[in-house]
Amino acid sequence: MNINFRYNIEQVCRVILHEKISALNIDYRITNSGSVYFPHNICAHKFQELKQELSNYGIEVITDQKSILVQKIKGLITSMLTPDSTMPLVKISSFLSDSLNENYRSISQAFTDICHMSIESFIILRKTELVKQLLLNENLSLTEISHRLQYSSVAHLSNQFKNSTGLSPSTFQKIATGKRKAKMLN
Amino acid sequence: MRIDELHIVLAEDDKDDRLFFKNAFKGLKIDNRLTVCEDGMALMDYLNDAEPLPHILFLDLNMPGKHGLECLKELRANDRFTDLSIAIYTSLKSPGLAEDTLLAGANIFIRKPNDPEDLKKILQEVVYINWQYITDGLNKEHFMLNY
Repeated sequence: MNINFRYNIEQVCRVILHEKISALNIDYRITNSGSVYFPHNICAHKFQELKQELSNYGIEVITDQKSILVQKIKGLITSMLTPDSTMPLVKISSFLSDSLNENYRSISQAFTDICHMSIESFIILRKTELVKQLLLNENLSLTEISHRLQYSSVAHLSNQFKNSTGLSPSTFQKIATGKRKAKMLN
Repeated sequence: MRIDELHIVLAEDDKDDRLFFKNAFKGLKIDNRLTVCEDGMALMDYLNDAEPLPHILFLDLNMPGKHGLECLKELRANDRFTDLSIAIYTSLKSPGLAEDTLLAGANIFIRKPNDPEDLKKILQEVVYINWQYITDGLNKEHFMLNY
């Protein structure tokens, strides 16, 4: 038997952070994606313990400024791209530079240095992932998806999908369903 | 997830092609390590013992001994290799081949372009996209690219 799940990585990580930090009896507040505020200093011993605990989940403490900025950029982009949220209509560049209080040139440079792709390519990659998810797990039609993700038209959505994956949405859907079926038979 | 070094495996029987791939990966901006297997049998032997597993495999279809498609099917039948990204590449032009290999579980299908510069660009792009899947923990079940 095969059951498909839908999950929200942001939420998963938040819950893990909550559980692990409160287990250590320290005051904290999770401010925004990937950032936690501690009103008091944490002793080195507890900090090590926390780092160790979190690394089991693939959560790492980041210290260099560029990586912190990139993590924030990714957090902001991801928060816009959830199946239930509506996209902001503002330009992404001003959305990011306003939210991070940095000029877009440095934001975009830091991102490319760390991720080896442009912010624009990253957004298209993540958006395409979301389209795949809505197509397969929620059984939405392309028309519904293009409305939900604010594409100007179904053709625009299909073209972007094809440019980014080399497959049309329908070919992708055919292959993905075929794979699932084959898996269920095994 | 943070990884210090990207581990790439290449299965290719042609000496010139192996050299080409090596050079393409040398130009990557991510620290990487390359393991080369000279045919399908060697590849399967290597992977079955590999611990930890490499991150991505570039697999030539036409190899003597064990065909690339056979290797692909064997790997995908084994849950141990679920997280291994597999990129198939070939100079074959048969229609439907891309769909068939993706259906068999390949993540990436590359039909070798005529211009080596184009191929180099594709290889590097594949590695960078795969890097995003690893670092952001994206769902690899639907990771499919067709070049």
